[in-house]
Amino acid sequence: MSDPTLDKLPGGFKGMSEDIGSDQTTFKGVNWGKAMMWIFLLSDTFVFSCFLVAYMKVRASVTEPWPYPSEVFGLEVFGVPVPLLLIAIMTFVLITSSGTMALAVKYGYEKNRKMCGLFVLLTAIGGLTFVGMQAFEWSKLIFHDGVRPWGNPFGAEQFGAFFFMITGFHGTHVSIGVIFLFIFARKVYRGDFDTGRRGYFTTMKSDYVAIEILGLYWHFVDLVWVFIFAFFYLW
Amino acid sequence: MVSKAMTDTKKKEETSTHKIGIYLWIWGLLFVLSFFSYMVDWYNFQGLLRWSLILFFMFLKAGLIMAFFMHLFWERYALVNVLLWPMTAIACFVGLMVAEGKYTVFSRLFYFFVGG
Repeated sequence: MSDPTLDKLPGGFKGMSEDIGSDQTTFKGVNWGKAMMWIFLLSDTFVFSCFLVAYMKVRASVTEPWPYPSEVFGLEVFGVPVPLLLIAIMTFVLITSSGTMALAVKYGYEKNRKMCGLFVLLTAIGGLTFVGMQAFEWSKLIFHDGVRPWGNPFGAEQFGAFFFMITGFHGTHVSIGVIFLFIFARKVYRGDFDTGRRGYFTTMKSDYVAIEILGLYWHFVDLVWVFIFAFFYLW
Repeated sequence: MVSKAMTDTKKKEETSTHKIGIYLWIWGLLFVLSFFSYMVDWYNFQGLLRWSLILFFMFLKAGLIMAFFMHLFWERYALVNVLLWPMTAIACFVGLMVAEGKYTVFSRLFYFFVGG
């Protein structure tokens, strides 16, 4: 949310050096909760990077052929095999929910209670759909194809361990996000952010900036999926 | 006085929120880019073409999400730089592990097929 007083400060790299060298606040016009969420997301980026880099290193160094994801994750529709069908739908669902979250944040800025609540709820439903499809994907691979962390019928044994670890860690993030989205949809509808009602755990006054912070988390989950989709499913 | 206050508040509202169009545009672009990256698999491109296209669409999507959905485009440089520079450490890590992976696969092939 841009603050009119910030417009008087110099921008660009000059502004950056002045901000960092200035008194009290480095991140001018950024709510402390938002700054903390960014720092958390940065650390989370490193965790996901470690998983993906480990996956890259192992995939590059196995002597057996790596399972071909296009076939492993393909589905048969009326007897016709379609590559990566479920994954493509999951990707579109997650992008859709990211878009609704962006609109929720926009309506949060404008303090539009009903629209903000509606879009937070839609985002939660999108996330729930994603987790549901992931549960379907996992159960198909485990019960139908017999993929295990220590072996699988398609090729290199390490495939299962990386698949369950990486998509599982991402799915955990989505699930936590969905829980928070439902809680915040309720808070928005109840008008907590308009009345400044105090939070149950934090006892701090509620503010629409919370929607923006939640949005950052949700977009990050989508961002991670972009990388997983590229490196794990398409590569 | 009243009219000036009104224009001031109106101006403030305009600066503190972005038009809905920009979100819809980015949303549409993300859909199109995802569709293109799916097409890379659909048409079964292989080799360098496949990898470069995958990376191109991936970085474009990631950039759009961070810049507009996460509002980094509108943040001050102090925050943007604190967030983006640490990513270079990841790039170094990737480079190191590429070298390590090559060494591992070489030693494996050597000892599996030539013997120690």
